[in-house]
Amino acid sequence: MATVIVVTSGKGGVGKTTTSASFATGLAQRGYRTVVIDFDVGLRNLDLIMGCERRVVYDFVNIINGEASLNQALIRDKRVENLHILPASQTRDKEALTKEGVDRVLNELRQSFEYIVCDSPAGIERGALMALYFADEALVVTNPEVSSVRDSDRILGILASRSRRAEQGDPPVKEHLVLARYAPERADRGDMLSVEDVLEILGIPLLGVIPESQTVLQSSNAGVPVILEDGSEAGAAYGDLVDRFLGKDLPHRFITPQKKGFLKRLFRRG
Amino acid sequence: MGLFESLFRAPSPKKSATLAKERLQIIVAHERGSGRRGSPDYLPALKKELLEVVRKYVPVDQNQIKVHLDREGGYEVLELNITLPDEELQPRRGPENLPGPGQG
Repeated sequence: MATVIVVTSGKGGVGKTTTSASFATGLAQRGYRTVVIDFDVGLRNLDLIMGCERRVVYDFVNIINGEASLNQALIRDKRVENLHILPASQTRDKEALTKEGVDRVLNELRQSFEYIVCDSPAGIERGALMALYFADEALVVTNPEVSSVRDSDRILGILASRSRRAEQGDPPVKEHLVLARYAPERADRGDMLSVEDVLEILGIPLLGVIPESQTVLQSSNAGVPVILEDGSEAGAAYGDLVDRFLGKDLPHRFITPQKKGFLKRLFRRG
Repeated sequence: MGLFESLFRAPSPKKSATLAKERLQIIVAHERGSGRRGSPDYLPALKKELLEVVRKYVPVDQNQIKVHLDREGGYEVLELNITLPDEELQPRRGPENLPGPGQG
């Protein structure tokens, strides 16, 4: 039975697409047949982050409208086996996503994939509601910053009341917190909400903390999910996150300030 | 940060992260009251329909009906407050106002 996971946040620019790309890549790396869907109709970006923007021919809305088959629209990742990308349409608007249409496509994907990752657009409009409606689990991406935390709380409310699971009285959507762009030094100084602060306010289990890192921008420049960047902290944090999702009990790394050695202080690296 | 600096820094006001946390706790608690955990999207509709029913019998104003939902422990209390208009000033509708049997 396939699991549908929504990557959502409410607020924009907190790292939903970065997380979707690395999370899906990590699942596929570990041998699970995985597809990642861009729900941001009109403003697609997952293709860029995954580095497959020039291979997009058909999209999600084409399939919903019956203008293309699933096989025509799915893009096979060239680096990682078992990984497929379903891009969003760039020319339509979010009204093109109908509940029936999305349901039909997801059911078809369930036949051939174990994990279906839905990259939600920002906001709480139709695209975001469609991305979370069918979810079994949710990765709520939050930055340690007031507006992001508030919006995440709002999204948690929507998950609890307007998902299909809520409407049908099934067991609720399983929620996971992903705290991204975390700077342990600043939290330590009291200039940034700490992991504990955010956990106390949102009250959902922590799946992973992704440290603020220059590598994230560099890897998106190159169209490579950051989880594939060997030696980067953010990449390693996403690796841990995926392992934890799959049931491994790993301690959280990169949440306390590092003691920088003399050489590191001289040659500062991201 | 050196030991010297941390010893002789001017005592700082409340850290901004503490401020952020306090503000968030208040706003989030407030917003959850009207949004989280299967909470009543139906309240506005309920209010409107109740008002329509009441209006069949008594003329009341939109702002004279108050619906309030409280959660305490495991149960919820739906509180309904309708301010009925002053009888003296309002024309009454009902059988007693119908013209009685003729006197002639």
